[in-house]
Amino acid sequence: MRPPPDFGVRDEELTHLVVPSDLRSAKEPEEQIVSEMISHGYDRDTIFALRLALEEAITNAIKHGNRNDPTKHIHLRYHVNPDRVVVMVRDEGRGFRRKSLPDPTADENLQRAGGRGLMLMRSYMTKVRYNRVGNEVWLLKTRKEPDK
Amino acid sequence: MDQPSSHLKIKRADGIAVVEFADRKILEELSIQEIGEELMRLVESEPGVRLLLNFRNVDHLSSAALGMLITLNRRVQEQKGQLKLSDINRQIYEVFKITKLNRLFEIYDTAEEALAGFTRP
Repeated sequence: MRPPPDFGVRDEELTHLVVPSDLRSAKEPEEQIVSEMISHGYDRDTIFALRLALEEAITNAIKHGNRNDPTKHIHLRYHVNPDRVVVMVRDEGRGFRRKSLPDPTADENLQRAGGRGLMLMRSYMTKVRYNRVGNEVWLLKTRKEPDK
Repeated sequence: MDQPSSHLKIKRADGIAVVEFADRKILEELSIQEIGEELMRLVESEPGVRLLLNFRNVDHLSSAALGMLITLNRRVQEQKGQLKLSDINRQIYEVFKITKLNRLFEIYDTAEEALAGFTRP
């Protein structure tokens, strides 16, 4: 669970939390992270982006990674400083193959109810990095980034 | 006539069901299933329903909420009804644009404009 080297954060800077695998339990660390972003003066758009991506990552961990098993846990690591926010979400599942996912914006997939979480994470974060297995994702959001 | 609900406020305007969301962060995974069920009950009970979802109280939503809206939209279409969305703020509208769902839904700036856009049954 070490941060990607290009995320600009040292391992010892990260706060580590373990929460039960349900959405209510994951709310508190989310609010902690947002609270730190607010205290560092992050703008509303950046907070919106981080909250959205984090919730998608957590939902994926709960639903797909941990298969809605309430006895499992989610591991979170995070760091907030004036120029970046780094969050890791890790589930206790077997991972998944990202290349097998269909494009949710393709015409034939537009009316599918699911499958947008990953795309939203990539659209809103500066960087998204999965481990090889696919049960651990790192999110990086820098304070200023070029328009996409 | 207002209909009591834990997540929704429903009013009628010229036969159109106008729905507002009771909480600012309602469209997140925890409550989305309940909201979806409430809306689906409304649609099922009223063939040809004309439904306006007013997002003025919403400042956050998840992909699960988008999925709920897609499913709802499909059922409204099957029921030969009409569904429109209004008062979506800039950040939320960006999510619709990124997912290209702004092409699927009829989205209006204001509820007044949306109401004027409904055709009579």
